Amino acid sequence: MADGTIGLWTVPLAVLGGAIRVSTPFLFVSLGECITERSGRINLGLEGTLVMGAMSAYGISYLTGSPWLGVLAAGVTGALLGALHAGICSLPRVNDIAVGIALMLFGTGLAFYLGKPLIEPTAARLPAIDFGWWSDIAQVRAALRINVLFLIGIALAPILYWAFKTTRWGLLIRTAGESADAARAMGYSVLSIRLRATMVGGFLAGIGGSFLSLFYPGSWNEGLSSGQGITAVALVIFARWDPLLCMWASLAFGGAAALGPALQSVGVTSGYHLFNAAPYILTLAIMIITCSPKRTLTGAPAELSITK
Amino acid sequence: MTSEVADPAEAVAISPAADPGFLQRHGGTIEYILIPGAALVGALGVFGVFVALFGKNPLDLYFYMYQGAFGTWFSWQNTLTRAAPLILTALCTALPAQLGMVIIGGEGALLIGALASTSIALTMQWAPPLAVQLAMAAAGMVAGGLWIMLSGGLRQYRGVNETISSLLLVYIALAILNHLVEGLMRDPTSLNKPSTREIGAANMLGSIPGTDVHWGLVFGIIAAVASYILIYHTVFGFAARVAGGNIRAAKIVGLGVGKLIMTVCFLAGASAGLAGMVEVAAVQGRTNANLAAGYGFTGILVAFLARQNPLAVIPVAILLGGISASGGLLQRRLGLPDASVQVLQGIIFVFVLASDALYGRIGFLKGKS
Amino acid sequence: MDFGRISRRHLLQGGAALTLGTALGGRSAFAADTTIGFIYVGSRDDYGYNQAHAAGAAVLKKMPGLKVVEEEKVPETDAVEKTMESMINLDGASLLFPTSFGYYNPHMIKMANKFPKLRFEHCGGLWTDKDPKNAGSYFGYIDEAQFISGIVAGHTSKTSKLGFVAAKPIPQVLRNINAFTLGAKLANPKATTQVIFTGDWSMPVKEAEATNSLIDQGVDVLTCHVDGPKTMVENAARRGAMVCGYHVNQSALAPKAYLTGAEWNWEALYPKFIKMIAAGEAIPNFYRGGFKEEIVKQSPYGEAVSAEARKHADEMKAKLIAGTYTIFKGPIMDNKGKTVITAGTDRGQKDPELEKMDYLVEGVIGATS
Repeated sequence: MADGTIGLWTVPLAVLGGAIRVSTPFLFVSLGECITERSGRINLGLEGTLVMGAMSAYGISYLTGSPWLGVLAAGVTGALLGALHAGICSLPRVNDIAVGIALMLFGTGLAFYLGKPLIEPTAARLPAIDFGWWSDIAQVRAALRINVLFLIGIALAPILYWAFKTTRWGLLIRTAGESADAARAMGYSVLSIRLRATMVGGFLAGIGGSFLSLFYPGSWNEGLSSGQGITAVALVIFARWDPLLCMWASLAFGGAAALGPALQSVGVTSGYHLFNAAPYILTLAIMIITCSPKRTLTGAPAELSITK
Repeated sequence: MTSEVADPAEAVAISPAADPGFLQRHGGTIEYILIPGAALVGALGVFGVFVALFGKNPLDLYFYMYQGAFGTWFSWQNTLTRAAPLILTALCTALPAQLGMVIIGGEGALLIGALASTSIALTMQWAPPLAVQLAMAAAGMVAGGLWIMLSGGLRQYRGVNETISSLLLVYIALAILNHLVEGLMRDPTSLNKPSTREIGAANMLGSIPGTDVHWGLVFGIIAAVASYILIYHTVFGFAARVAGGNIRAAKIVGLGVGKLIMTVCFLAGASAGLAGMVEVAAVQGRTNANLAAGYGFTGILVAFLARQNPLAVIPVAILLGGISASGGLLQRRLGLPDASVQVLQGIIFVFVLASDALYGRIGFLKGKS
Repeated sequence: MDFGRISRRHLLQGGAALTLGTALGGRSAFAADTTIGFIYVGSRDDYGYNQAHAAGAAVLKKMPGLKVVEEEKVPETDAVEKTMESMINLDGASLLFPTSFGYYNPHMIKMANKFPKLRFEHCGGLWTDKDPKNAGSYFGYIDEAQFISGIVAGHTSKTSKLGFVAAKPIPQVLRNINAFTLGAKLANPKATTQVIFTGDWSMPVKEAEATNSLIDQGVDVLTCHVDGPKTMVENAARRGAMVCGYHVNQSALAPKAYLTGAEWNWEALYPKFIKMIAAGEAIPNFYRGGFKEEIVKQSPYGEAVSAEARKHADEMKAKLIAGTYTIFKGPIMDNKGKTVITAGTDRGQKDPELEKMDYLVEGVIGATS
């Protein structure tokens, strides 16, 4: 260790660092989707929202010099896409899964279209907070340079958990998700509840995108999201619509994404394509283990099209 | 009857005939042409406004789109070549949709089908070309079929959502392909593009005589027509549609839903697997990462735009093939970025889905009662 | 069927432009606008591979009498065949530059056979006598520039640990890794290069993770071979490591951390090709070169590069240009202890054996599979 190397310790450290660095987009998208799905609707378009968010955050940060304005812009863009999704879904006989796929295509296409001039320039980036000051190991310090968005995401999970359980809004969203008729009987407009839930979901997913372009990896390009948005939607299902489980699952995913490169750096070189697919294999495996045909998933909103 | 859909202008031009009886008799059919046609025109209009915002003339846009897609014999061939794989991959979504399932993993079945058909061709180098080609088609279809059947089985026996599992399987299929192509199956002479060995020029499928469109187009049309007959003119298809309408009712009348799901998913995967085989045997001549060109994903779009009707998949695939064929011209003549095609596809998709709300609501088609 | 006429006319025109060049020589040959088509596999402004080619195309755009048409993000499937044909048929292109490796075989070869009077120039392929005469392949020995980057990196590194973020273990990439390492060892015999393969040409999150993992291992100078080096450069600079760029000059991204970089010089090569055609000379079917032929260049040294390193690097660069130094000169062992180039064997840049490189030299930490 005298020469500043930490040998095999790289792997757990990289997985930890990865859990922190890579997990944030998963965290925001899954929490956002959690809200939307709890209201009885699924928005598969969050992949498009994530990419749009990444592009608009980068663009606004570049134009104004303020990364936080970029984050806000990403959120607003996401909310608009959410409103579009909810608006189309509120028409009779329209399938929300299909609309999600359409918006995935539209969102990514639009982001690529508008983002062409943004590939080259460098935009102001979000700051990091140094949580590793106590350590004199450079690698630990690097792994613990944490962005505020990550902390917000981590804080958001218990807040949402609490909000779903105890607040009026939480109850309303859950009612809309469990029984549209009950919500209507109480005098509430289910469509309007779902519209707001989808917009909030889009807002959070957009912010998740801003993390990609403004913090890590920290620039805009067209390969930025390799399916993180859609993976995060899958993650909500095996986290059983529980914000706290969404958080743990996101952290696990971030760690899994760091595994491939970290293993190579200590000499495990074969099969890196398979290691790179680890997050997808992991999702599928967990879904197979946790799902069951005999009963509806615990916590599944009864109105959700995919669980009907 | 469906060929009109390919040309939006024509579809819209069908004027409500003076005879009201005609409208009552054919109202349903006219609706199925009029509404998607109008959605398409609306989408093109919105896209026109979109490009106008960037200072391009929408009329130029429409002209180049027409020229690039259908304007010359070359453009037609370009369009049909691009449509060929889309018909097959669209069936991968359209068939399970009859059962109410949303499968979006056609890309994965295509890749696995390509791998399997290449493998079999490489072990059959002694055989006559026709035998090799038949074996390739069979291998591609079986492998692709099993791949999507996996999603179907997980849904039926483990309750795993098929939309998400089929998508995850795409990423897994791609990792398997890359792993094999760069490892076990790599041709040591494929230097900078890791690939399997070539299946051999003699085993390649040629073009349809008189064109340079490959035989995949014919396979696609046959598969689409066969699927249509299966779904709408057989007892099996009827059972599938009953189950798709209401799983519980299907169980009550004693339909084996599990068997239906597995069979339909197998057929769906088989058609995407066949698309993979065609890409190998008619285009690439071997398997490498180039096969992941997104045909599986565009196929989803085709299926939804065709409202999951296997026969309508054919003209819609041609339409989307045309859009992607014209994409190059839009880049070169109008300076639009490559993503314009994607934006247009997204807008069309959104419009067509939103237009679902219009069925049965158009006044003059409902008669006076 | 008026396509037949159009294509013949364009064929004649295209052929005429080239023959005219032969007859008249000089610039006037291009007065009747000759159209040149450039095809990119990725986004034209990727701060990397495709941008380097687009910069070359931009120089041609400014030359009188030339018209350049470009299409980006064209996949390595039959789509590229259709793009070439479309450029020929609809734009009248007579000279085509498909710039991605995967375009060569079978796609470009097929088109070269179909249009024997037009000229096809491919970047990266290996033209052999069996390929059509109107096709050619060109490439740069960019490992020379990587070798110089390695020297600078070797002098600059304090830990003697260098890092290389690479896409795939293919000969072109391995050759860069090896040349970089040999350069570094020349400057500092203790230097090692650790390599991480991300698996594909554009995977920003993996590239960033690889960069972080390498730095965690004590690496303090990094370079890469992926399509867009921006992610590696920015993330390494953020962690206080030094970088050597690739494809184009990325010093603007990290002015303090940027030591130097291996760059393409297509801006110099493409006008040369045009002049050859205008002068009636045939472009050699197999055209390659390094610093001397001005196909590759070195980014200007950054402020962190010591005087000693500059001197050493300049000296070696001069030797490479003069042809008095061979990078791959035996004895060279691979990192498993096997001799790959025996003592007394000089593998000069044009040696075809180097095109098949499948090993990592001693001093590289990593494996090819």
